[in-house]
Amino acid sequence: MVDNRQQWKAWLYLAPAIVLLLIFTVWPIINTVVMSFMEGYSGLLKAGGQASFSIGVNNFARVIGQPTFQQSLKNTILLCVLTVPISTVLALLIAVALNSIKVFQKGLQTVFFLPYVTNSIAIGMVFAAMFNIIGNIGTRREVISSYGVINDLIRFISGNPNPKNYINWINNGSDYWANMFVMVVYIVWNALPFKILVLLGGLQSINKQYYDAAKVDSTPRWRVLTRITVPLLSPMLAYVVITGFIGGFKEYTSIVGIFGENMGPAHAPGRMNTMVGLIYDSLEQNKQGEASAAALILFGIILVVTMINLWVSKKKTHY
Amino acid sequence: MKIVLENLTKIFPSRNKKSNDEVIAVNNFNFEIPDGKLIGLLGPSGCGKSTTLYMISGLQKPTGGKIYFGEDDVTELSTENRGIGLVFQNYALYPHMTVKQNILFPLQNLKGADKMTKEAMLERAYEVAKLVQIETLMDRKPSELSGGQQQRVAIARALVKMPRVLLLDEPLSNLDARLRLQTREEIRRIQKETGITTIFVTHDQEEAMSISDMIVVMKLGVMQQIGAPQDVYDSPANLFVAKFLGTPPINVFEGRVQGGKLFIGDAAVMDVNSVEDQDVHVGIRPEGFIVDENGPLVCNVSNVEVMGRDVSVVSTHENSENPIIRSIINADERMNVAAETVRYTLKPHKVFLFSKETEERIYF
Repeated sequence: MVDNRQQWKAWLYLAPAIVLLLIFTVWPIINTVVMSFMEGYSGLLKAGGQASFSIGVNNFARVIGQPTFQQSLKNTILLCVLTVPISTVLALLIAVALNSIKVFQKGLQTVFFLPYVTNSIAIGMVFAAMFNIIGNIGTRREVISSYGVINDLIRFISGNPNPKNYINWINNGSDYWANMFVMVVYIVWNALPFKILVLLGGLQSINKQYYDAAKVDSTPRWRVLTRITVPLLSPMLAYVVITGFIGGFKEYTSIVGIFGENMGPAHAPGRMNTMVGLIYDSLEQNKQGEASAAALILFGIILVVTMINLWVSKKKTHY
Repeated sequence: MKIVLENLTKIFPSRNKKSNDEVIAVNNFNFEIPDGKLIGLLGPSGCGKSTTLYMISGLQKPTGGKIYFGEDDVTELSTENRGIGLVFQNYALYPHMTVKQNILFPLQNLKGADKMTKEAMLERAYEVAKLVQIETLMDRKPSELSGGQQQRVAIARALVKMPRVLLLDEPLSNLDARLRLQTREEIRRIQKETGITTIFVTHDQEEAMSISDMIVVMKLGVMQQIGAPQDVYDSPANLFVAKFLGTPPINVFEGRVQGGKLFIGDAAVMDVNSVEDQDVHVGIRPEGFIVDENGPLVCNVSNVEVMGRDVSVVSTHENSENPIIRSIINADERMNVAAETVRYTLKPHKVFLFSKETEERIYF
């Protein structure tokens, strides 16, 4: 314990951080809660001199009543439920593989970590180009058709050159599930490096003697993975899944990266919108009250999901 | 099943590629471990005893030489296929499994013809648990067990698949003194009951001497002596072995042999007719002294510790290589506790001579 007479020093050292947190984190959170319960609140009205607003829950009702809310919630939940398990399992397998090789381990670690330090909008644009059907360009005499790298790959593998077999991934007229597939691939790819890093760190801190013991016990490889590695890694896995869900519910930039600000293919703007996207939309329309209400709803969902996660992981993780 | 080590060598390459300071952990071992015996690999830390054990287990690959289990050459065989049980120094029990799951684990790995039914596995697990007396702890996690209990679980896990060889790496080092005494007798009992050839590694000579059928004394990767504990104690091959075995440790004097007599300082303490004249190390076991008013070896008494059954006399002598000389005298001899000097004659079979240069034993 710090000596009581010396405590003012501790507070002094903490002061810069506390002041910044109070101004930029704590106050906005309080303000969000307050705004969400104000009827007809708008930043413009407030700036225009209207000092008081009546209090009520209409903001919440309006947010939930919007047809876009249901679409956004569905998208967000779908993305979470699909990407978190896929990326966790993939990250586990890659981390185990990385941990077991000796040569190139450092180099490959760098390669797998690269997406983490790359701008996700930039990655999104690359993915968009890969899945894009750019279509026909050039003069009437000389038409150049491009269908995106992925479609080219499909053509190469299937050997069927008929353009009718190409999948319209994200362009005008594309299917919802094609859009969703692209998003899942992109988000999983984007989420891998952090998960691999955490799991690899966890793997390297497992006492090697357990593996020696497993060898002495003639344990087959698959059983070593499922009965020893995964249980001993369970605290890390729980961490990765929980942060994965929290991050998944806040998915936004990845959609912008692929579809741009339309949040959907040209014929159906907003179809791929997420909860965070909905909040930004409300802000753009100067409906701060509704945006705050949506933010609180999202917070509530994340809270409940995280509690469930913690409850499950407490039962399933060891020590 | 007997185990034969043939020219077994392990060299750890130097970490720095430019320098050439590779470490020879195990240097050209040759010995045979008879079937069904308990063998102690004994030596100070860094002598290669654990490396030898891990090479027998297959977890480390020898740089040279061969290992035979019975008539089979297992040198190239992987650990999984050697059919050994190994108890690690800190037990390496799987922390997320209960005691029962830990013991069942090796059985669940059995394949093909060895595959067992669930009932048979449980029966075997309980059988082994009974042997090591942990059958009441089966549903606990390792973290809920004491060190001694964990150790017994580790032995049970190693024994449950009926290994051809049981290996124990410093099995008692994590236990307190009382538990250590108890557990080492337990290990002895279990080994006798199962009859499995067992090799254990220790740096504690008392531990090795007390339960082994045979001990192998090692130093810096070189085997010094192998034999029954009492034989090695009674007839050490060199000064290192003599010093390493025995508590209290052997007393060593600078001496010389002249005209068939052994001198310590100016005193002729013993006849050694067959030895040529030379300077020697004289090792005298603490129990090799007889208090005698006319004895030739005169020591200055610094302390007399009365322990009931025995009296331990702590004294000094200018030719002693150790700071103190400790002799153990039967309490019946009634020595004068207040005296400043004590005179000893020596029991010849408790006195060993070692060459000054090679430190090898000179027999007389």
